[in-house]
Amino acid sequence: MTLLDFIQVILYFSLLIGLTPILGNYMFKVFSGHNHIMKPVFGWLEKLTYRFIGTNPDEETNWKSYFFALLAFNFIGFIFLFLIQLFQAYLPINPTHLGNVSWHSAFNTAVSFVTNTNWQGYAGETTLSYFVQMIGLTVQNFVSAATGIAVLLVIIRGISRKTTDKLGNFWTDLTRSILYVLLPLSILFSVVLVGQGVVQNFKTYETVQTLQGAEQVIPMGPAASQIAIKQLGTNGGGFFNTNSAHPFENPTPISNFLEMLLILLIPAALTFTYGKMVGSVRQGWTVFSAMLILLVAGLSISLYAEYSSNPVFGHLSLMEGKETRFGITNSVLWSTSTTAASNGSVNVMHDSLSPLAGMVAMLNIMLGEVIFGGVGAGLYGMIIFIILTVFIAGLMVGRTPEYLGKKIEAFEVQMAIIAILAPSVVILLFSAWASVSSYGLSSLNNAGAHGFSEILYAFSSAAGNNGSAFAGLNANTVFYNLTLGLGMLIGRFGVIIPVLAIAGSMAKKKTIPPSAGTFQTDNWLFVGLLIAVILILGGLTFFPALSLGPVIEHLLMNNGITF
Amino acid sequence: MSTKQNTSLFNKAILLQAAKDSFIKLTPAFLIKNPVIFIVALGSLLTTFLVGFEIVQGSFSSFNLQISIWLWFTVLFANFSEAIAEGRGKAQADTLRKNRTQTKARKLEGKQEYSIFATELKKGDIVVCEAGDVIPSDGEVIEGVASVDESAITGESAPVIRESGGDRSAVTGGTKVISDRILIQITTEPGNTFIDRMIALVEGAKRQKTPNEIALSILLSGLSIVFLLAVVTLPAFFQYGLTASGLPLSQNLSLPVLIALLVCLIPTTIGGLLSAIGISGMDRLLQRNVIATSGRAIEAAGDVDVLLLDKTGTITLGNRMATDFITAVDVSIEKLADAAQLSSLSDETPEGRSIVILAKEKFNIRGREVNEMNAVFIPFTAQSRMSGVDLKTEAGQLRQIRKGSSEAIRTFILNNNGFYPQKIQEIVAELAQQGATPLVVAEDNKVLGVIHLKDIVKGGIKQRFAELRKMGIKTVMITGDNSLTAAAIAAEAGVDDFMAEAKPEDKLRRIREEQANGHLVGMIGDGTNDAPALAQADIGIAMNSGTQAAREAGNMIDLDSNPTKLIEVVEVGKQLLMTRGSLTTFSIANDVAKYFAIIPAIAIALYSGSSGKGPLSALNVMNLGSPQSAILSAVIFNAIIIILLVPLALKGVRYRPVSANTALTRNLLIFGLGGLIAPFVGIKIIDFLINL
Repeated sequence: MTLLDFIQVILYFSLLIGLTPILGNYMFKVFSGHNHIMKPVFGWLEKLTYRFIGTNPDEETNWKSYFFALLAFNFIGFIFLFLIQLFQAYLPINPTHLGNVSWHSAFNTAVSFVTNTNWQGYAGETTLSYFVQMIGLTVQNFVSAATGIAVLLVIIRGISRKTTDKLGNFWTDLTRSILYVLLPLSILFSVVLVGQGVVQNFKTYETVQTLQGAEQVIPMGPAASQIAIKQLGTNGGGFFNTNSAHPFENPTPISNFLEMLLILLIPAALTFTYGKMVGSVRQGWTVFSAMLILLVAGLSISLYAEYSSNPVFGHLSLMEGKETRFGITNSVLWSTSTTAASNGSVNVMHDSLSPLAGMVAMLNIMLGEVIFGGVGAGLYGMIIFIILTVFIAGLMVGRTPEYLGKKIEAFEVQMAIIAILAPSVVILLFSAWASVSSYGLSSLNNAGAHGFSEILYAFSSAAGNNGSAFAGLNANTVFYNLTLGLGMLIGRFGVIIPVLAIAGSMAKKKTIPPSAGTFQTDNWLFVGLLIAVILILGGLTFFPALSLGPVIEHLLMNNGITF
Repeated sequence: MSTKQNTSLFNKAILLQAAKDSFIKLTPAFLIKNPVIFIVALGSLLTTFLVGFEIVQGSFSSFNLQISIWLWFTVLFANFSEAIAEGRGKAQADTLRKNRTQTKARKLEGKQEYSIFATELKKGDIVVCEAGDVIPSDGEVIEGVASVDESAITGESAPVIRESGGDRSAVTGGTKVISDRILIQITTEPGNTFIDRMIALVEGAKRQKTPNEIALSILLSGLSIVFLLAVVTLPAFFQYGLTASGLPLSQNLSLPVLIALLVCLIPTTIGGLLSAIGISGMDRLLQRNVIATSGRAIEAAGDVDVLLLDKTGTITLGNRMATDFITAVDVSIEKLADAAQLSSLSDETPEGRSIVILAKEKFNIRGREVNEMNAVFIPFTAQSRMSGVDLKTEAGQLRQIRKGSSEAIRTFILNNNGFYPQKIQEIVAELAQQGATPLVVAEDNKVLGVIHLKDIVKGGIKQRFAELRKMGIKTVMITGDNSLTAAAIAAEAGVDDFMAEAKPEDKLRRIREEQANGHLVGMIGDGTNDAPALAQADIGIAMNSGTQAAREAGNMIDLDSNPTKLIEVVEVGKQLLMTRGSLTTFSIANDVAKYFAIIPAIAIALYSGSSGKGPLSALNVMNLGSPQSAILSAVIFNAIIIILLVPLALKGVRYRPVSANTALTRNLLIFGLGGLIAPFVGIKIIDFLINL
């Protein structure tokens, strides 16, 4: 690593830390219904939206009604997206005349974008029309991220309110997230990205003659508008197949830095919003610290692995599969952030990461996408871990466990366990199925332990709603499209339902005022405990699987064997 | 039940019984109650069948046999821990049963007395008990007064007074009347008496899982499912690895190895010890002579953060004591002391006695034989509000000595045409302000001075409250005194808050207020007046000496009737929860080492090429002898650690009154870090021994 690499990494984290309270405080104002700077700009649109939906923005519901609104909204989004893919050839804005999408791919893609996973079993530029990309995918980029924020708001209200069953209005939360947070930010960054050279047009693909005299098709399209939100909303579904490694998606070092920052921006800022909403900014920073430490630890291991001399190729860093424009540091910083944050956009092929860096990427996802994680989803996932930490360690102070004055009892523990189990079931069972069945194995491009890692990664990515791929695996088959699609659904709603149920149960409880006998959850000791619980729980679940994949691969590489 | 009886952790009889019980508890109906151990039992059964099958097939594997034996031991050890915890309760229950032999009751109908069996008594029946009779069932004294020997229940041999009306009317079946005759109205149905309930409680027969225990069981079951997933998917991953390494699929993981891995990973340590911890919590309370009517109450005790304490008996010694004499102008201190003593010689109240003692100790004025002095004593009455003595001097003059409240003496003086000095009024006001009770002493028409009667705060109580504060528990003193007096005592004792001039209904209101603010309230009480408050409080400890109503309302009963018990109960509750949390943490932390033992052992062949030693052997950081010994060592460690931790589960982790943060740091270091390291050491040692 050079000095400049270090400076860039430090600049990256400084900006992240610096922007967290600013954006966090703004979102606090937005979601608490206070006045804020965007209200005069979009306030009329907010009112119009409520009138259009026919909801009273101040009428709050219990968690079940909230969930049904959320579910109905997501289901309609899914059906719409599924259908426009199936019939894309008959729909407008399709200048390249792409044909209809196969039913299983359409199912997979629809689930993928509705669940904020943005796993792409297809190649964007050769499969989907501009119409589907804009009306289908980009819209879901917004609303799936907003859905995550909505669920987070419910659990925050569950924690901070007492003896009530009113937990908010889904339509209000959804509208505010989109109008005041996602839309303004993505407009702002789209403009900046266009300035950096990201394409934004409706042209047909151009065919050019290269210097060697070969013919090359240059894809075009309205990319910038989708890229800003794919980064901001932890979506990650690229406009082009190579995602942010493509020069039209990510043309300059500045666009690269910016896009990396956008990956973590909202999830990080939400920790501050959380602190403000539960009435203690320290609580927010505690969660932020735990996330940051895990991220930096993963980054350090990855950087170490990538910069270590490779016994197979001599003392060279591995550049295969990485963009020479970005180099190792920017590739690894991106790969760590995008897997930690459930984003899934890439500027490097994760398949080509060294085994340890690949394992970090995989583990980031397996730990439940809680290291900043998806927009909203990362923090509510983290709250699940907090509940478990408080329950296990809280007893050691001699009181039945409580978090922010709320007792953690059988129901909360039960729901938390379900939320932890749901993605684990997907990852382990589906990986096991794929690794012994012919339809699972036939998609592999690589042999040995690396092939196993590809399978494991695919299901982790689906279950964690991440969406990045180890590539190397041809996932556009009926088997993978269906299993991965199912995995994404379980990974998304298998967590959302228990989180909402916990919110409902906690809101009904009284709030116990803190005292010297209270288990403190806003100090470094708790940060350490939380990290330990995440690592031990995640580690214990996936250690056998990981040791048969990337761990073996790493050890073999040191013996001079690669796949 | 006595604290004096043998309650040592491991006496031989209990150990033997527990060993026997651990086999009896192998029945599925019992095992199913503990999901974690149930999984182990299923695993043991499967491995045993497999071993049997192998023997029939002629392919016997001693490794599989050893695994199966140690798996059974894991189950037995878990059963043993529970049996031994119950064993101590059973021993106590047997003692109690002896007191519940077939007693005859003298049932009264009208004026007619019938002799029937105690078990036939119904609620509302009236029985007669005279000296020598055993009280047949729980009831309320409705007529008479008697001294009762309650040692059968409390272990305290000194008899107590039980009388109709007032707060000492409850009697317990199985106790014995020593003197006099009382009429008792039976208040409980047969089979539900105090002793019956005690026996059920200490035996743990009706023991239900407490809320936190249920929550923890759910967590443990959840973790078990996670590990079950990790283990059942392993053969598939392995099959992939075997194919990739060019090895035959027959080398895939065997069932006993998979079961061994599963058992090592699921939280067997805490799963096995969980109910022992709960039972021993009840047991520790019993040893302090407190009976909890449910395990839930003990748990709640750990959570209590507001304690309502009666001033008298808890914070102060029961009675006020004379601590000083303050003279009026022109009166010598000896004269005042002498007069004060004379007025109190016949005063049998504790206050009166303390005046006699103070005069003796400070001025060496000896108590005189009152009968020789021609003295007429004037007892205290609610009307006169003073007491004293009329003496005939040798000269034949009448000396009228009086002591009493300021107003009463003032009236007395003025009636005798005397003068009540301003100075005395000032002294009285000042003393009252300090929280003391001033008694003015007068002779004839002259005020001699003031006796300073003071509430004596119990020794060490201030420190106790400071400890409670550190633990985050607020103390509230309840007193009938006026707020000046109450404030002074509150300050001296170091309580956080006080309620002056409190009536029983104020207590109830205060509890409701605190609860509405999210606090959990503990209180101790005895009177019928206290019953509503006892029922409302999260922890209501009724004194055994109290009324039946109070005993019914509370969720704990203190057999010693000692008000400071409340604090000990809170400590037991906290200790119980701490023990549970610490052992859970220990159990989960243990898993890390077990992975490092088992994974390299089972994956040694993968990608090994020709060397036979695959890359994952690099994870064998403990450098264990062979793959088989590694797996066996992990299983053995997993079983033995349960037995090693039984004493800790029964005694509870060391409890200290410190803040939550200090307690957490300490327990984390011991059980978290210790839990990470201990199995590395333990497994290595066992592996070393196996390979000797």
